[in-house]
Amino acid sequence: MTLDISVRMPRGALHIEAEVSAPARGITCLIGRSGAGKSSVLLAACGLLRPAAGRIRLDGDALFDSERGIDLPPHARRLGVVFQDGRLFPHRSVRGNLLFGARRAPARAAGPGFDEVVELLGLGALLSRPSHSLSGGERQRVALARALLMRPRALLMDEPLASLDPARRAELLHYFAALPHRLSIPILYVTHQMDEVMRLADRAVLMADGRVAAAGPALDLLSDLTLTPHLGRFEAGAVLAGQVSEQLGEWQLTVVSVAGQRVTVPAIPGAAVGASVRLRVRARDVAVQPAPQPSSASNQLAATVLRVIEREGEHDRPYAAVELALRGGAQAAAGERLWALVTRRSVQQLALVPGRACVATFKAVAVEGRAAAVIDEA
Amino acid sequence: MSEVERQALWLSLRVASLATLFTLPFALALAVALARGRWRGKTLLESVVNLPLVLPPVVIGYLLLVAFGRQGPIGRWLYDWLGVSLVFSFRGAVLAASVMALPLMVRAIRQAVDAVDTGLEAAARTLGASRMDAFWNVTLPLTAPGLLSGAVLGFASSLGEFGATITFVSNVPGQTQTLPLAIYSALQSPDGEAAAARLVLLAIALAFAALALSTWSHRRLQRWMRSST
Repeated sequence: MTLDISVRMPRGALHIEAEVSAPARGITCLIGRSGAGKSSVLLAACGLLRPAAGRIRLDGDALFDSERGIDLPPHARRLGVVFQDGRLFPHRSVRGNLLFGARRAPARAAGPGFDEVVELLGLGALLSRPSHSLSGGERQRVALARALLMRPRALLMDEPLASLDPARRAELLHYFAALPHRLSIPILYVTHQMDEVMRLADRAVLMADGRVAAAGPALDLLSDLTLTPHLGRFEAGAVLAGQVSEQLGEWQLTVVSVAGQRVTVPAIPGAAVGASVRLRVRARDVAVQPAPQPSSASNQLAATVLRVIEREGEHDRPYAAVELALRGGAQAAAGERLWALVTRRSVQQLALVPGRACVATFKAVAVEGRAAAVIDEA
Repeated sequence: MSEVERQALWLSLRVASLATLFTLPFALALAVALARGRWRGKTLLESVVNLPLVLPPVVIGYLLLVAFGRQGPIGRWLYDWLGVSLVFSFRGAVLAASVMALPLMVRAIRQAVDAVDTGLEAAARTLGASRMDAFWNVTLPLTAPGLLSGAVLGFASSLGEFGATITFVSNVPGQTQTLPLAIYSALQSPDGEAAAARLVLLAIALAFAALALSTWSHRRLQRWMRSST
């Protein structure tokens, strides 16, 4: 089952022309700066915004098709939506909100049961509370539960964490990250927060100025230097993927195995040995040297130069971006590559050309806080 | 209480209650159309609905007489087809009170409809509710306090309605002589001061009772909205 969205529509000064698809497995993040048209695509998918032209299909079943004159109303599309502001019905209790969609779901539709969802999202103690008395984090959990209980054929989330404080965000990310294990429906998640993408995305679709600038596996997009200008305040860099191999409790450090090498970072909260993690390393934090040497930099990784980008557009600049593979040359998969921002002079002095073996170094502190994300607990 | 007083009080209550009940659905429909609709002629309709607020009530009474009189375009039709005549009758008093109450009720309800977040209706739609379903189960319950306010305003205005009533259906004891009209009649008679004073006291008591009822029902409604599932 796949959700395929292909729409054209004017939206104020913006002209949206986008093709977005979300497979049934995992979370697809729709990313890009505010005003790039992400939310409009989501609203078109659930039927709250009518595109000028295009097609929206769920597993071949047309929800909208301008050529064939198909435009299913929102209630017939059966797509669960979690909005940024929750949109709980203030005149109903938590239970009343949860049952609103559940009572309108077709009896034969597959999906998790009431008790299961209540347990999954920890809502047992809230059921009889009036919905207007909930905290922000509780509201979003109820909103997610309500969307799940309507037995949706796909789940759409529109910046569901945008109005929450950091502690609540972390708590909810934990629930969101668990969703793909329970559901095998397409999940489309709109956000412009890169830490959410790091934590949740299996696939990512990047939108800029109403168009899709790139789409593919999340690790590829997050490590694509050419996309950095579209990612807002996200600095150029790469994302490493690996498993926690050791906890150095005494030093408050965590060792992650990436491409068979040891990467040491400050202790990652909630990451047990065996957990899958993603590490974001900024290009400016990575240095390149010909061979290992004693240093305070915790990480000295054997690497091969993949390519060197010296110019950005027309302009010369002092720096070059060097892409490094942590595993034998071009075999290095996404999540096993680093970017290093070094001076053009260094490129020449060290003779950094594709194929050249070298050592990539960065300090443990370069991967602090939000730069590390637990993808899958062991 | 004298027979005249009892009759005027009972008639006032009946006219006001019926006028409120009769007007409520129309006021709701108009309020929703004005708050949510985007169509040509909306401003014109809004002006027409508000006319009773800005025109002298006597003019409204006169217009009703022209339209609903035996020879009037609507009155003749009503009489020929349904055998109903509104002139000088209790039904006419209800109609006059309704027309005068309409703008007040529409205003109160419209404010409440405007205050309902359309995002909630959109959320209901995505949860499987059709447009009507979302209206009945989300918009209408959230508008309930406004409906109640509208009903209270309509009831109060109907109790006090004078000009349009006396012009349209005259001052017939037992038929159209509500409290204000009875007070007016008492004041017109040479030694009616005492009778008028008693009727005025009655009107004041009625007003207090209506206010108390409105406060009570508002509280009940709030409690219901908080506890409903």
